[in-house]
Amino acid sequence: MFYREAGQFKVTYSADMAIFPIAQDRIAVLAIVAGAFLLMPFVATEYFLNSIMVPTLILALAAIGLNILVGYCGQVSLGSGAFMAIGAYAAYSFAIRVPELPLLVSILLGGVVSAMVGIAFGIPSLRIKGFYLAVATLAAQFFFDWLFARVGWFTNYTPSGSVNAPRLDVFGWTVNTPVEKYLFVLAVVCVLALLAKNLVRGHVGRQWMAIRDMDIAAEIIGIRPMYAKLSAFAVSSFFVGVAGALWAFVHLGSWEPLAFSIDRSFQLLFAVIIGGLGSILGCFLGAAFMWILPIFLDIALPPLGELVGWKMDKATVSHFSFMIFGGLIVFFLIVEPHGLARLWSLLKEKLRLWPFPY
Amino acid sequence: MTVRVRSFPDVLLSVENISLSFGGVKALTDISFDIRKGEIRAIIGPNGAGKSSMLNCINGFYHPQQGAITYKGVRRSQMRPHEAAEQGIARTFQNIALFKGMSTLDNIMTGRNLRMKTGLLWQALHLGPARREEIEHRREVERIIDFLEIQHIRKTPVGRLPYGLQKRVELGRALAAQPELLLLDEPMAGMNIEEKQDMCRFVLDVNDEFGTTICLIEHDMGVVMDISDRVVVLDYGKKIGDGQPDEIKKNEAVISAYLGVSH
Repeated sequence: MFYREAGQFKVTYSADMAIFPIAQDRIAVLAIVAGAFLLMPFVATEYFLNSIMVPTLILALAAIGLNILVGYCGQVSLGSGAFMAIGAYAAYSFAIRVPELPLLVSILLGGVVSAMVGIAFGIPSLRIKGFYLAVATLAAQFFFDWLFARVGWFTNYTPSGSVNAPRLDVFGWTVNTPVEKYLFVLAVVCVLALLAKNLVRGHVGRQWMAIRDMDIAAEIIGIRPMYAKLSAFAVSSFFVGVAGALWAFVHLGSWEPLAFSIDRSFQLLFAVIIGGLGSILGCFLGAAFMWILPIFLDIALPPLGELVGWKMDKATVSHFSFMIFGGLIVFFLIVEPHGLARLWSLLKEKLRLWPFPY
Repeated sequence: MTVRVRSFPDVLLSVENISLSFGGVKALTDISFDIRKGEIRAIIGPNGAGKSSMLNCINGFYHPQQGAITYKGVRRSQMRPHEAAEQGIARTFQNIALFKGMSTLDNIMTGRNLRMKTGLLWQALHLGPARREEIEHRREVERIIDFLEIQHIRKTPVGRLPYGLQKRVELGRALAAQPELLLLDEPMAGMNIEEKQDMCRFVLDVNDEFGTTICLIEHDMGVVMDISDRVVVLDYGKKIGDGQPDEIKKNEAVISAYLGVSH
């Protein structure tokens, strides 16, 4: 009823190519972004910003990176945790060894280093696909776990192996309070998500999808698999690396290699699959699902238990939340194998006709 | 019915003594023929005669063990598929090879990938040259969409389209590259009569309007004899006939090998 595109005619190709061609979508997205910037800092508690919004946004950014590789280019990767670590440690190195660099530049350079390593680890993809490639990227994960734990140079020879993020100065603005951290992360994520969307709807994005859908046909119409695959690895690793640097600097503050273990890789891969392969919106939905649902279950289970007169201890709660979380993942994958993003687009299709189904 | 007899003086591509084998299986043995600029050339033959292998050799997907291919005056024994694409050779496949997850529009836009040059950064910003380039190519692609009469499925993911339309989109993707030589591998296989008529019309129009040289493989003899200028016949990897449709119809070897002999 309210979600109609009737009467919205496009008279130029650029209007037709817009990210949100339907006016209602544009308004809704603007409202959400404006609310996130202007309203959220005033209404949300510190806990909510610190433990929910900031990590969800950063995970969404990492998921965008992984989705470019897995969802758009069809190259499976289990090494995204390692690339987050590379971004974090590289940004840390730049920040402490070249203190003149502005913080934002260090973080972006962390992403650039991660992109270069990504290209190196993308080379096997020119020969192998699928599960075999997953194993090759798994090697990256283990190698970098080991490297950052054992080689002192990366942690600046701190005896404990744990490193502290430098003070967060963004062009004279010190990012300290939860609200400031939230706004900083939100701004970076919004800008990078827009850039990612532009890439996947553009020429290079079509090359990636062509490689994903049918690599032989792609080669025959003149796409070079090497360029397409390695550019996907580079762009993907850049996003994942920047997300890693943000995770370390803004969310954790001080960290050790364990923060970027294989668990992180799986968490991201789940987020991408549940959110929807090949969808930028899905990355946000998937990251929110993966991060917020366990927290919600932890909080909601004890009162629910009390309702039926069962006093749960902490261990039981965490076991139950694991089981329910796992069950929900399976449930969502069965109901909609293409992820939450597809569920959302189906809902929109229905909404266009509602309340008259014909 | 008037038979179109046209003459084509210039050779665009010539195949000389090509032999291709996979292990012990000889797919092609000592094949030579040429394709002249502007003509519609058909390759026919029974199943397993080596027709598709021949096309795969021409666009660099297979590398023949012997022989050479001269294209636009340059003789070479091997080339990579993307080199063939850069040289202006486009093709469609016997089993549709579209990018299933993408829309019709995106599939055809991908066909223009060789002509799109802006760098990653501009594309990420979607401003300036990247935006201009995208719009300029969109205009070209819309021309192809109009030509093939597929406006209504512009935004539909091709995986959802019926077979006949998918074949048409695949032709569109090949045309988007503005090829000089278009290789069509069974463009009408599995189609009903109306779809075949449409496809014939498109093939003839492409040839007439854009002057594209076409080399097609087809099993429908009526179609082949009607639309092609010259026909080459393969059987068991050997060439058994080459000439205008009328000559092929009378060729004894072809009749016994392919069209069947009455006993």
